[in-house]
Amino acid sequence: MHKKVLVIGSGPIIIGQAAEFDYSGTQACQALREAGCEVVLFNSNPATIMTDPGIADHTYIEAMTLEKAEWIIQTERPTHLLATVGGQTALNLALALDEAGVLGQYGINLLGTSLETIRDGEDRERFKQKMNELGEPLPISTTIESIDALDHFISETGVPLIVRPAFTLGGTGGGIAETVDAAYTLAKRGLEASPISQCLIEQSIAGYKEFEYEVMRDANGTCIIVCNMENIDPVGVHTGDSVVFAPAQTLSDAMHQTLRSASFRIVSALGVVGGCNIQFAVHPTEDAYYVIEVNPRVSRSSALASKATGYPIAKIATRLALGERLDDCINPVTNGTMASFEPALDYVTAKVPTFPFDLFNGTDRTLGPQMKATGESMAMGKTLEEALQKAWRGAGVEQRPLYPSWMATADAAALYAEISAPTDRRLLACLALLDRGIATASQLEAMTGIAPHFMTMFERLVTTIKMDLSTKGNLLQAKRFGFTDAQIAQQMNVTADAVAAMRIEHDITPVYQMIDTCAAEFESRTPYFYGTWHGTSEVVPGERPKVAIIGSGPIRIGQGIEFDYSSVHAVWALQKLGVETIMINNNPETVSTDFTVADKLYVEPLTIEDVVHVLEAEGCQDVLIQFGGQTGISLAHALETKGYHLLGATADVIDQMEDRDRFYQFLDEIGVAHIPGEEVRSVDDLTSAIHRLGYPCVVRPSYVIGGKGMYIIRTAADLHQIEPQLTYPLLVDAYVEGRELEVDCVTDGKTVYVPALLEQIEAAGVHSGDSTMILPPVKTSFAQQTKIEAIVQTIGQALAYKGALNIQFVLKGDIIYVLEINPRASRTVPIVSKVTGEPLIEWATLAAVGQELATIVPDVRPVWSGYAIKTPVFSSLKLPGVDPLTGPVMRSTGETLQFSMTPYVSERFCYDATTTRVMNRTEIVAGQGWSSYSDQALDETTEFQNVSVLFSNVPEEQTAREAAVRNGVHVISEIHLADYYQQAMQAEPMSVRSLQTMQTGEGLPL
Amino acid sequence: MTGTVTLQSGQQFDGTWETSARFAKGEVVFFTGMTGYQEVLTDPSYAGQIVAFTYPLIGQYGLTEGASESADIQVAGVLVQTLAGNGAATDLKDWLEQSGVPVLSDVDTRSLVHALREHGDQWGMMTSDLDASFDGDLHQITETVSTPEYVRHGDGTNGHIVCLDFGVKTSMVQAMVERGYTVTVVPFDTTAAQVHELAPTGILVSNGPGDPRDLVDYLDNVREVALAYPTLGICMGHQLLALAFGCEIEKQTYGHRGSNHPVRNVQTGEVWMTSQNHGYVVTRDSLEATPLELLFENVNDLSVEGTLHRTVPILTAQFHPEASPGPKEAQAIFDRFDEMIQQGVNVYA
Repeated sequence: MHKKVLVIGSGPIIIGQAAEFDYSGTQACQALREAGCEVVLFNSNPATIMTDPGIADHTYIEAMTLEKAEWIIQTERPTHLLATVGGQTALNLALALDEAGVLGQYGINLLGTSLETIRDGEDRERFKQKMNELGEPLPISTTIESIDALDHFISETGVPLIVRPAFTLGGTGGGIAETVDAAYTLAKRGLEASPISQCLIEQSIAGYKEFEYEVMRDANGTCIIVCNMENIDPVGVHTGDSVVFAPAQTLSDAMHQTLRSASFRIVSALGVVGGCNIQFAVHPTEDAYYVIEVNPRVSRSSALASKATGYPIAKIATRLALGERLDDCINPVTNGTMASFEPALDYVTAKVPTFPFDLFNGTDRTLGPQMKATGESMAMGKTLEEALQKAWRGAGVEQRPLYPSWMATADAAALYAEISAPTDRRLLACLALLDRGIATASQLEAMTGIAPHFMTMFERLVTTIKMDLSTKGNLLQAKRFGFTDAQIAQQMNVTADAVAAMRIEHDITPVYQMIDTCAAEFESRTPYFYGTWHGTSEVVPGERPKVAIIGSGPIRIGQGIEFDYSSVHAVWALQKLGVETIMINNNPETVSTDFTVADKLYVEPLTIEDVVHVLEAEGCQDVLIQFGGQTGISLAHALETKGYHLLGATADVIDQMEDRDRFYQFLDEIGVAHIPGEEVRSVDDLTSAIHRLGYPCVVRPSYVIGGKGMYIIRTAADLHQIEPQLTYPLLVDAYVEGRELEVDCVTDGKTVYVPALLEQIEAAGVHSGDSTMILPPVKTSFAQQTKIEAIVQTIGQALAYKGALNIQFVLKGDIIYVLEINPRASRTVPIVSKVTGEPLIEWATLAAVGQELATIVPDVRPVWSGYAIKTPVFSSLKLPGVDPLTGPVMRSTGETLQFSMTPYVSERFCYDATTTRVMNRTEIVAGQGWSSYSDQALDETTEFQNVSVLFSNVPEEQTAREAAVRNGVHVISEIHLADYYQQAMQAEPMSVRSLQTMQTGEGLPL
Repeated sequence: MTGTVTLQSGQQFDGTWETSARFAKGEVVFFTGMTGYQEVLTDPSYAGQIVAFTYPLIGQYGLTEGASESADIQVAGVLVQTLAGNGAATDLKDWLEQSGVPVLSDVDTRSLVHALREHGDQWGMMTSDLDASFDGDLHQITETVSTPEYVRHGDGTNGHIVCLDFGVKTSMVQAMVERGYTVTVVPFDTTAAQVHELAPTGILVSNGPGDPRDLVDYLDNVREVALAYPTLGICMGHQLLALAFGCEIEKQTYGHRGSNHPVRNVQTGEVWMTSQNHGYVVTRDSLEATPLELLFENVNDLSVEGTLHRTVPILTAQFHPEASPGPKEAQAIFDRFDEMIQQGVNVYA
């Protein structure tokens, strides 16, 4: 029977649901098509590889509502649904489709794990019943649907307790309550966060060790564990926020087998077909365990397990969902053994999360059951120390040489503060306390609950860096513990180059070993490598011309999945040219770290030392940095200094665009207007500059991601308040509150191809990443657009640069100012590519290697009608303490794209099925200063239960804004966006069209 | 202090001595499991062998009470990358030192596996003296690991199992004790007549080290006992029963060792992950002319993993159903053996 399978993706990136679902969704689509299925894909996230028109047969980039899902089903009539590769969003939507009777009406069968199983795993009460039947131990718990129900639990079991809202992403709205008061507050918030107003109240088992098991089961009942993992943090810190090691480090074989057998009992009883994640808590000294959670789908952890072992869980899970057996599937890593086996690792993998705290002032850095990390870095090594330090530096953690410099002089109290309530800096604070002799390992074990095994590892790091590292033996040990030349150099007070020279004199060089799933037991040709300082190198440099592509590393606010999209497309473009592609990246979530993408994959930190080691091992001279976001750009200087060739770019051009003086000089020379501004080096400079420029003005550092450290200063009072937080040198510009436009184009150094202009709805001053954008522009006249294109051509001719180019403009009156020129791929490239149907990254890659635009870009340009609207998605709920106010600092984590015949889309504020109840609300509340709406004073007591949207932007209303966010209300803080919202509310929902029909011109709007 | 492990092929791998014992000879084998070092080191099947661990950190979770497969460390020598302390009192390194078992750390065990994969399992020597003599073999190793006298375990009333001890693991005996049996472990050369005197209701032919073809003198005895009572043969026991019924055995290029070997029941299609440790294998073709038929096969190389006698209750498994270390699903084999004894028939037939 011909299978037409609807695959539901995970929608925009939010905290708790990131690039891992692009990886799993892409693998699933590929596996389905390999099995002869026709694939219909539904995902609103345009920055993904999976929404590329080539990945599925019918791709729908639409708001992920029940209504749109039903329309897609009506149009495409799929026979099957795969709902287990799109995270919680896909599961929720599948459940909603089932409950609305849509699946039954159209006779759609679910592939793999059934909806009943999903409900057993998701519905706390059913889950509890199921575990009780199996005799699997759970912490004492009860499900509540009203706050009154909490009384009984507290009188019986007391505090501390954990609140876990049902059906939420990454534990949204959950937490640990130490006191009775806190328990009531948390439970109230949890009930609000849960789409079914249900929470699990659970006895706290904080202090137990936490483990995860990644299980696969086929319809024949064969089960395997792909990998187990251990959180360094005991239960209490969300696994997504914890440093994790794979395999587990402190489990004996007997306990491992106990948990393994329990996993099999659980997945068998639930009837899982495909992948499943099970979390366990294990008593630190006794043989007792609890089941914490079961996720009957692929997850962030399964992506990590796939990359840590090489075993492609999502791909195999999809084949199992189609009815294949584990012992019928070939293990794609060895190509000679079968998928029904359990990977054996001969290395340690560490995962380190990345957090957005440094971007915002006053963020609550404490970690708990609600996830706060935006991304993660992965690294392998032969020792715990090596894997951890590599993952740390891959995540951008400052180590000087062991821990951040402020910790070297901080008061003991400040360090203990990081530990008592765990923060993202807890492990580093432990290192500092040990190193400075303030605390002993056993004291820290008692305070943190971190296992002695890990604390002794910290002690070894502390003693190793203090040894005489000039001897060969000690130096080798330091390298084997993952210390970089730069770290060692800091300790020895010499340069990193001097350490490198000493290292080479001692004949200490890195080796690269294959990730082969079997500890070398079977022959394997997987081109998937990690670096270490022990053993023999297995890399054989290729004969063909080769290019290294620098990936973008962990997902951070401001540098998201879109750069992975670009990196992957650059690989594909180079492969078409017959070039050997070498991908270097350390983000385990992504498509780019799937070993089937590039010719060779290196999972290594994206620091200059680690990257250069790979280039040396491969004998590779050409490096492509322009697709890896700021991560690649920041390596430009050092790579060039070491003699490597940057394709399409030079460090000088990058500097010319980043250095404000040089940038303004460049624009002046080519006669393009720029906003008046200057670089200042002191507070006196700043005040006199402001005196010249006048208020309002914008201050910011250079070379930053996501507008970090950027402020708009409107008054002298603002200046007084903000100045103490500034570090110099700084750029200060006049603030021109005009209309912002952006182009993503391709240049060959002579001409520029401009596919489309994006127009920002909000006034300039809102970070472009947080803005709503329309293409083509609706408010910018044709004459102005023509003028902008002419400016782009002028810039392209003057700039010694080839490849992807992003330029931002501000229009004020008749003047077109150039705000910024980014000689790299930008956040919006995938959007423009999908809207126009033009492979911009492929073209940019060809241009970067020296091809002329005339030979790359076809003469015929696509004809347009209709609009595409990009809207940002925020994870405000996950970051308490961060004011949900748009401004120069980027806060959004993801985005959606929608197509429409009018510039207004009715689903403007919708991002997944869990917000359906909010979508049904209509009430608008406006705070102070919104005279055209209403103008009322808001405070914490304002009732938001029936409110759809809040217009608010004055500082005094921060608490009201945060309360609104907690109640599922969308906060709008900019007047143009508020007007747009009003219009959008009147718009009728648009019918659905696949990307493929739009691009062949059969359907509108394109 | 550096030492070297030299293989028969001439390949050498350097390491650092962790122990004061600094010499060993034996067959060099590898273990790919990421846990289970305590079970492996005490497993009599590894007696006389030098075991190389591929997981780079060994000792990381300390020693676990009750996890040993025999009272002592059985291996001749240990090769690791890092002998990890775990910050606790029960330290593996101390135990190895006290047991006089030589350990080399900093060994490139991954390259060693490559070498064994290429040239097959082979004899090797751990030493600091590169001129040391290289001869030696594992013959007559069984005598050194088998019990010298009858030892009773448990007092179950479900039946009495006599275990012919070729180097039995504690957990194998324990598995039957847990199922309500009394188990008498007897020397490997106990005669059929002596076994009859013990009035068993079932026979366990155990695992053990060495080349099964060195034990040809005992095959008639094994066959006679097996034909008289419901019998389970594990690993070496499986190979001896196969030989006794006319199968052929060959040396594998490199053995199956580790905790992740997939085995398929050819009758039901069921697949188990199993713990394995063997360097010899029953040839599949040779089964045809014998009363044994294939029951289990290896999913990867389709080699023989277990057989069933066509007429009488005899069950054999090449893998280790008792696991320890390793996956527990194959424990079902002991349940089958239990049923065979209770029903007196071959439950798979």
